[in-house]
Amino acid sequence: MARSVKKGAFVDDHLMKKVDELNRRNEKKVLKTWSRRSTVTPDMVAHTIAVHNGKKFIPIYISENMVGHKLGEFSATRTFKGHSVKSAAERSASPAPRPA
Amino acid sequence: MARIAGVDLPVQKRAEIALTYIYGIGRARANSILHRAAVNPDTRVRDLNEDEVGRIRRILEEEGQIEGDLRKEISMNVRRLIEIGSYRGLRHRRNLPVHGQRTHTNARTRKGPRKGTIANKKKASAKT
Repeated sequence: MARSVKKGAFVDDHLMKKVDELNRRNEKKVLKTWSRRSTVTPDMVAHTIAVHNGKKFIPIYISENMVGHKLGEFSATRTFKGHSVKSAAERSASPAPRPA
Repeated sequence: MARIAGVDLPVQKRAEIALTYIYGIGRARANSILHRAAVNPDTRVRDLNEDEVGRIRRILEEEGQIEGDLRKEISMNVRRLIEIGSYRGLRHRRNLPVHGQRTHTNARTRKGPRKGTIANKKKASAKT
């Protein structure tokens, strides 16, 4: 179920405070955050936010299109890039063992 | 010969069903359209008179968002997800399920026909 509109978009306070601070001082700084659960708000547009993926911070430049999504959506937590493709020669040399 | 919303012309079916041949119209929407056009959903398309077809056309126009327009909007939405580099965009890019389904098994709709391993192929040919 979607979140009640009355409450507004969820953003962690500690992140919002930092974004507001940057906006007030008209500064651009990379903001490190662990708060993957925070929604991207219009205030964050054009900032760069480094979102933790469990291992390191992935810098994300916030564009207008991203408003309404959560920060975590842009910082992938998994590294799987597909299975290794065996070459034809390798395959014929060692045929896959057939299950009994 | 009923040509509604561009290309679709399913004849000899009941109007309720025939309308679902239009992209973006299912049973529910078809019925609500026919209701508003005051057309009996049970009449065959070939039995519809000019007047009724005209009414259906007009209502379809008000409804908007069918066929090409709808397809375009959907592909734009997908492109947006891909461009902003979101997780959902990545899943679209790789033709994998987007809504968190399992991919260990199943997910054949998105993944397409199985690309069997050699072991699987041998087993399949032995069976036949």
